[in-house]
Amino acid sequence: MKPSRTFFQRLRSYYLMFTAGFACFLIALAALEQEGMPRVWIGYLFMFATIVLYATLGVLSRTSNVLEYYVAGRRVPAMFNGMATAADWISAASFISLAGGLYLHGFDGLAYIMGWTGGYCLVALLIAPYLRKFSQYTIPDFLAERYGGAANPAGNGGRAVRVLAVIATIIVSFTYVVAQIYAVGLIASRFTGVDFSVGIFLGLASILVCSFLGGMRAITWTQVAQYIIILVAFLIPAVWLSAKHSDNPIPQVAYGKLLPKLSARENVLQHDPKEAEVRAIFRQRAADYQARINTLPASWEAGRIDTQRKLDSVKLRNASLLEIRAAERALIAYPKSADEALRAWSDARDQNLARAEPITPHATPYPGDPATSDIKRNNFLALVFCLMLGTAALPHILMRSYTTPSVHETRVSVFWTLFFILLIYLTIPALAVLVKYDIYNALVGSDYAHLPNWVSYWANVDKLNPLFSISDVNRDGVVQLAEITIDADVLVLATPEIAGLPYVISGLVAAGGLAAALSTADGLLLAISNALSHDVYYKLVDRAASTQKRVTISKLLLLAVAFIAAYAASTKPGDILSLVGAAFSLAGATLFPALALGVFWKRANQQGAIAGMVVGFTVCVYYMLHTNPILGGAAGGQWFHIAPISAGIFGVPAGVLAIVIVSLLTRPPDKQTLALIDYIRAPEQ
Amino acid sequence: MDKRLTRQDHWHKTRRMTALLLILWLLTSFCAAFFARELTGWSVFGWPLSFYLAAQGASLVYLAILAVYAWRMRRLDQASRTPEPRA
Repeated sequence: MKPSRTFFQRLRSYYLMFTAGFACFLIALAALEQEGMPRVWIGYLFMFATIVLYATLGVLSRTSNVLEYYVAGRRVPAMFNGMATAADWISAASFISLAGGLYLHGFDGLAYIMGWTGGYCLVALLIAPYLRKFSQYTIPDFLAERYGGAANPAGNGGRAVRVLAVIATIIVSFTYVVAQIYAVGLIASRFTGVDFSVGIFLGLASILVCSFLGGMRAITWTQVAQYIIILVAFLIPAVWLSAKHSDNPIPQVAYGKLLPKLSARENVLQHDPKEAEVRAIFRQRAADYQARINTLPASWEAGRIDTQRKLDSVKLRNASLLEIRAAERALIAYPKSADEALRAWSDARDQNLARAEPITPHATPYPGDPATSDIKRNNFLALVFCLMLGTAALPHILMRSYTTPSVHETRVSVFWTLFFILLIYLTIPALAVLVKYDIYNALVGSDYAHLPNWVSYWANVDKLNPLFSISDVNRDGVVQLAEITIDADVLVLATPEIAGLPYVISGLVAAGGLAAALSTADGLLLAISNALSHDVYYKLVDRAASTQKRVTISKLLLLAVAFIAAYAASTKPGDILSLVGAAFSLAGATLFPALALGVFWKRANQQGAIAGMVVGFTVCVYYMLHTNPILGGAAGGQWFHIAPISAGIFGVPAGVLAIVIVSLLTRPPDKQTLALIDYIRAPEQ
Repeated sequence: MDKRLTRQDHWHKTRRMTALLLILWLLTSFCAAFFARELTGWSVFGWPLSFYLAAQGASLVYLAILAVYAWRMRRLDQASRTPEPRA
């Protein structure tokens, strides 16, 4: 135990020094800002300093040893492994969008908090320690070995299982990694003004230097550093806001006091006649669109002629160039056909209807009439269930249970993982309430002539899909709540400005979001390339490959996967991004039953596992295709009104059932497999 | 700690504890979500109980489950360890 203790101490002092250095960096930048350094330079400095930092860590921990490359030499102490896993876990979505989601949806958004933390109970209790005891490299490794089958004692029997597991790993991880790289591009372009695709490739460079040179070893040590940045970046604005509004600098404790005040304020706004007026205007606009839809195609024809006529008239009376341009744009933007008009106007009608909705009370669970409320409750439960099982089956998280020195350390490491995740996750609901309180009290009711700076800044960031928009709908010169729309993604990034913090904190938050996206992308890319190189190339194609060759192949595949993912992200695939949540259902339904039953049910055999994975996957995909409008389904096809994101609620039981039935109908596993199960269950000596 | 566990005893105890903790996990998650509306009337430190449970309480229970599991399993592992040191 002696050497590992000193290793731990050495690591601790490194990271303490790193934290101190980072604090000095922040203070120096804050001083420079006071001296009048331009904002864009602060953005550049943050972006490049952190990317250079990650690249340096990657270069320092470069390796071509198989054990180091795949599992960081199995010597990462539990606490640091927990930190690295937490960084692996906290994705761009958790860091940037989750607080915004809670802001928009109130109680119902808490399903993500519960689901994404509860999943770790399953990881610890059912899977991680047994994977560590098994001591191989990847998740398909475990499944292939466990479900090796009696037919082929040479160890090739698990081929089919391995291939299925690899496919599941790739499908789940790829959508997820594209979303991370997309977030990298978004943050980089917003804070430094570089082009979106340049941002992507800058981020990609840092991901690659890190994982390409040192594999798991490099990303582990980088992720620990990234976690520290994520934590600091998330806590500072929250602590500041909390101290500002409640005299208590601990946001997790303070917002309990603010929540009743927020509910009271919601109640006041709900009954404010001005708010009702604005909502009535939106309802009227929606009704206008509905009227035009009802009289299609005549209304489309009339509208087109009308728009054309307007253009002609401004041209005729020699109006200013600006007016002519505006009229031309209106004509260009006008729907090209009656079908297109139907789609565009339906969207516009729905948007206006949504804005006419009364305020969602933040603290009330499942608001609505009893039937809607029950549907919301069931969806909440289903979503929590799917997120938990999905968490327990995400390859890039499970892969991390191989990297600790012992089984006991793996169990402790899962504890630390959840601990470090909770430092952020307990702050997220607090931040949502704090920002909401601030906006409802400071912005709503203020005067349009004196809007704060951040409002106009964020309203102008993305012209096509405004992240934040505010307009005086009822023309009374006062901001009403119903006149504001805010995108979930903007909340965390804008918080420092909303709180009135110096710009350096905005840069820090952007660096935190970047760290969250990069660390998750690192882990995911490694999960994909390891599945391809270790499971497909080494185990299925070339069993005789030298260790040198294996690592080289792995690095090349990593490069290839990274470029494909970056290319996919650079096309801005809105559809892929909206499907990331579905990855949890898919992972849960495909991998979780086979993993958990593999440990706890000896009778589960190869045929059962194959059937379970195929059935779980198929049921999930079928349900999503059937009910998700983006994939060509219709909401009308839902079973028990469960949203497509929770397809796992049907997929997981189907998968378990398939494993049980098919296993019982076919031959029990052979002696070798039973011995393996006994081995992984046995206590560590 | 007083007597050495056989492999089989170790597994039985592990399984029992896993089952117990899983039931606790399930009850926490299910009750916090299913009875959220009924729990709104109660309040802890200013929060409505249902909001507190979903935002913090449940997650802290999960953390406690992990802590208990790691600690008890270590005890179980030690109890079943063979006396002679292995290379």
